[in-house]
Amino acid sequence: MSEMRATPVVNWTAIFKDALIAALIAVGLFALLIGLKTDQTLNNQMVLVPRPGLFGTIVALVFFGRLFLGYLNAVRSSEVKKKKPSSALMIKVEKYGLPVLIGFLVVYPLVVLGTVGPQGALKWIDNFGVQILIYIMLGWGLNIVVGLAGLLDLGYVAFYAVGAYSYALFATSEPIKEFMAQLIGEGFWQAWAFWICLPVAGILAAFWGVLLGFPVLRLRGDYLAIVTLAFGEIIRLVLINWVEFSNGYAGISSIPRPSFFGVPFNATENGFAAKFGIEFSPIHRTIFLFYVILALALLTAAVSMRLRRLPVGRAWEALREDEIACRSLGINTVNTKLTAFAIGAMFGGFAGAFFAARQGFISPESFVFLESAQILAIVVLGGMGSLVGVVIASVLLVGGVEILRELDFLKMYFGDNFDPAQYRMLIFGICMVLMMLWKPRGLISTREPSVFLKEKKAVSSDLVKEGHG
Amino acid sequence: MSTDMTAPLLSVRGVKTYYGNIIALKGVDIDVNQGEIVTMIGANGAGKSTLMMTIFGKPQAREGTITYDGRDITKMPTHEIAHLGIAQSPEGRRVFPRMSVFENLQMGASVNNLAYFSEDLEKVCAIFPRLKERLQQRAGTLSGGEQQMLAIARALMSRPRLLLLDEPSLGLAPIVVRQIFDVIREVNKKEGMTVFLVEQNAYHALKLADRAYVMVNGLITMSGTGKQLLADPQVKAAYLEGGHH
Repeated sequence: MSEMRATPVVNWTAIFKDALIAALIAVGLFALLIGLKTDQTLNNQMVLVPRPGLFGTIVALVFFGRLFLGYLNAVRSSEVKKKKPSSALMIKVEKYGLPVLIGFLVVYPLVVLGTVGPQGALKWIDNFGVQILIYIMLGWGLNIVVGLAGLLDLGYVAFYAVGAYSYALFATSEPIKEFMAQLIGEGFWQAWAFWICLPVAGILAAFWGVLLGFPVLRLRGDYLAIVTLAFGEIIRLVLINWVEFSNGYAGISSIPRPSFFGVPFNATENGFAAKFGIEFSPIHRTIFLFYVILALALLTAAVSMRLRRLPVGRAWEALREDEIACRSLGINTVNTKLTAFAIGAMFGGFAGAFFAARQGFISPESFVFLESAQILAIVVLGGMGSLVGVVIASVLLVGGVEILRELDFLKMYFGDNFDPAQYRMLIFGICMVLMMLWKPRGLISTREPSVFLKEKKAVSSDLVKEGHG
Repeated sequence: MSTDMTAPLLSVRGVKTYYGNIIALKGVDIDVNQGEIVTMIGANGAGKSTLMMTIFGKPQAREGTITYDGRDITKMPTHEIAHLGIAQSPEGRRVFPRMSVFENLQMGASVNNLAYFSEDLEKVCAIFPRLKERLQQRAGTLSGGEQQMLAIARALMSRPRLLLLDEPSLGLAPIVVRQIFDVIREVNKKEGMTVFLVEQNAYHALKLADRAYVMVNGLITMSGTGKQLLADPQVKAAYLEGGHH
């Protein structure tokens, strides 16, 4: 009402006190965690090495950070609050983000190749490109189950594992190889295994998705989460303990790498490089893998966008909102849930098969719960149901960890033993806390209606109550 | 299709429903004839909503039969019952809060695969002009009264022959309650829609109803025309005390 706005009243004593308390808590927390480090002497004796520099830096960071936050809060609270048009911006991101992103991704490997050359490009295309795209695809797949159908699945990595092991086992199986050799010709299976097994892996994963779906049909919320968590662990434990089947901890190695539709990536005469008259380089395979996972991820996105506009997609969303209402509207909730599990699992299976083909080696250690948690974190951070949100979250979470490996210059400050990658869980946690404070519904929390009459209009979900149950 | 025109559209015979070992309905008999508005009144926990849900197959009746249009629907799964032309506006409205009003209405029409969607949309918008203004709005941002209108509109989108309404006046302001009841009467008169209504707001419900039942502790204790029950001293004492709006 009144335009009168005095200079911000900043209560410095209170802020100072607050910062001091925060610093004291930091002292208590980090004194042992960071202040001391255990080391071994040459005689194998354990010694404690104090790290006053690092410890002091962190405490000081906390103190001044808190001071700054306090000042910021004081200034802000004395200002008149204005409503930010954040929702409009986010809709723009949702609308134009995807085409721009796809365009960028298509040219990305070539641009990288052109700027850093084949040696440097390998890291950028593989670690940043392929790795992030795998998680984007997994995020989009899980988004169908969690974001659209509202079924909290903590065991998504199980389908990833099913896909990976399906491909690995089929591709390395001697009987199938011999059979194919007799039927079509020597070397056929080696060359085409990936392209034949990819759909098989997806179908098998979908089958396991339905299998998981049946026992959890009546469960919701926390209980569903626990059972899916257990399912993920069961799959992993079976893979560890059923040694004859999956080779246990040792895993499966020398899995055939994908070919360029029958043309292998090697230095031989029949190889990709020779056929296309270019100099052989291992980067060709990496670039090809990049485009394969890009295509798979885009397929996932296209299918989930299309499904959202179909009756089954709308039924998923209605199911997320209110199961009882769904039933009374004549929706078969059993089928709806099972299709969500199956289709989500199928994309997990595709991603798994790709993962096995890319690595050439898989073991149960790649499919631990932490993977499920990370995929779920990507979906939640991105904003449930938002495709672009998943991309942003994957880049931040997966790419962020990779970036940490690049921060070598920090060693100059913290000493040679400082490995920033070790702090990734800490940073991961901080990210999560900050997210939940500022954007509790994820980076892109607006749900765009899948149908509209005249123009698109959306209301930020901050204004809307959460659905029941 | 029923051949006997005098048979009731919905008939409930000796229905007993249990929650675990606890009996909620102790043998209920009810008839709803084509074109009628039938009301059931009763106190909290009398079993009104349980009856409503039992008709819809969740929970299923352990004893007795429910016949709709000559078919036994006692053991039928809920979604199949909905396909027979029974629509329900569940207790507490239960609209889909993050979907738009338009999408909510679409969900209602999904039984018919959206075959008559645009036609029915116009019809429903004519009945509820308020919803027409808000088609693009998220259902969660509607007021309570508008949400109730949406819940009824959503039920109407499936072109039902029988409309089940579970406490449409729940938590609404008196003037909104009157609007809702006016709409129910209008739908009944204009479309010839058969309505079965469960209510705590006894005065309005009885005024609206052609026939009515009183339920106490899982049993029907009284029945008659709406006017009869409205004038009944026992009903007055139990359900109409404290004045009416």
